Amino acid sequence: MAMTEQEIQTGLGEIVDEVAGVPADEVTPEKSFVDDLDIDSLSMVEIAVAAQDKFGVEIPDDELKNLKTVQDVIDYVRRAEVSA
Amino acid sequence: MQLPEGSRGSRILAFGGYQPANVLTNETLAGTVDTSDEWIRSRVGIESRRLAGPDESVADMAVAAGGKALAASGLSAADIDLVIVATCTPEVMIPNTAATVATRLGINAPGAYDLNAACAGFCYALGTASDAVRAGSSRNVLVIGAEKLSQWVDWTDRSTCIIFADGAGAAVVSPVTEPDAGPGIGPVVWGSDGGMADKIYIADRNSYIHQEGQAVFRWATTALHPVALKACAKAGVDPASLAAFVPHQANLRIVEAIARKLGAPQALVANDIVHAGNTSSASIPLALSRMIERGELSSGDAVLLLGFGAGISYAAQVIKVP
Repeated sequence: MAMTEQEIQTGLGEIVDEVAGVPADEVTPEKSFVDDLDIDSLSMVEIAVAAQDKFGVEIPDDELKNLKTVQDVIDYVRRAEVSA
Repeated sequence: MQLPEGSRGSRILAFGGYQPANVLTNETLAGTVDTSDEWIRSRVGIESRRLAGPDESVADMAVAAGGKALAASGLSAADIDLVIVATCTPEVMIPNTAATVATRLGINAPGAYDLNAACAGFCYALGTASDAVRAGSSRNVLVIGAEKLSQWVDWTDRSTCIIFADGAGAAVVSPVTEPDAGPGIGPVVWGSDGGMADKIYIADRNSYIHQEGQAVFRWATTALHPVALKACAKAGVDPASLAAFVPHQANLRIVEAIARKLGAPQALVANDIVHAGNTSSASIPLALSRMIERGELSSGDAVLLLGFGAGISYAAQVIKVP
């Protein structure tokens, strides 16, 4: 049940809005979580957990430091789905 | 063999809280470790916390909070027949804190024990106190959560020294006596995960508190809301009818994350940590005593309590505000 990039981006936008109060339409691929969206490491953990529920992919704590931009998360989810 | 006559239900008569006088601000901490007021407020939610004086003991703080709860309850010391002190930071292993606290409060020969379930301690102690009253082992119980975490903190470790603090909170637990009154303390839901013992620990008597913040955050924000909801279900209380949610004040972000998942949008969410820090087993009764003092809770309100911490251990129950 692979999702398109757009579907993942939309889903991620909903999560970020819920967790960090950042409007979903600001969650665009080139944005950096820390620098552009002002999202800290604790929120990243919450986002990772919610992404786990929404997309069915596991995102362990030590993977989080590699997910710097929205595109990084989209790519991670797509890779994980393909190999599932 | 025979069994004592118990009571249909238990209830809380009163709360009492105590904070030491010494205030430690974020500004002061920013002068000694690499942190800032802004960072602390946004990551943990704390603006200031209290530290016990060098000669101020866990027992001292327990006596202060316990005395206030007793005074507010309308009972006398002679009425108390069990004292439980939830603490994970006693100065010594033996004698326990509870027996000493009882004597200092003029309570004569009650049952007395300390209970160590770390930050879940108060909810565990409240659960056992409620059971004792309902089973008839005790009539009136003084339940105290008291901690001097500052004794176990590495003040050069910015991941812990900004969080942990000192204080005490207490409750008096008694039988429900009015014929038409329902229970005032719901069934406890408790559990543990010893597989996560390495996430929050003090290695030995010469060591400091060590916590893997990220792992604890992830666990707390995912594993606990089902426990809280189960406590509501067991008490027959719809989460939407809760007047307040008072979880252990570990970190404001954890508190808010769990609150979001309860389906209780109108419940007042305790944020006592802002001016108290994380006081482990004291945090819940201290928060409740202050919320009541400020008039934020009304008598008869249903409030959900949720303790969780090192062990990992956790416990939750619904109570009615006295």
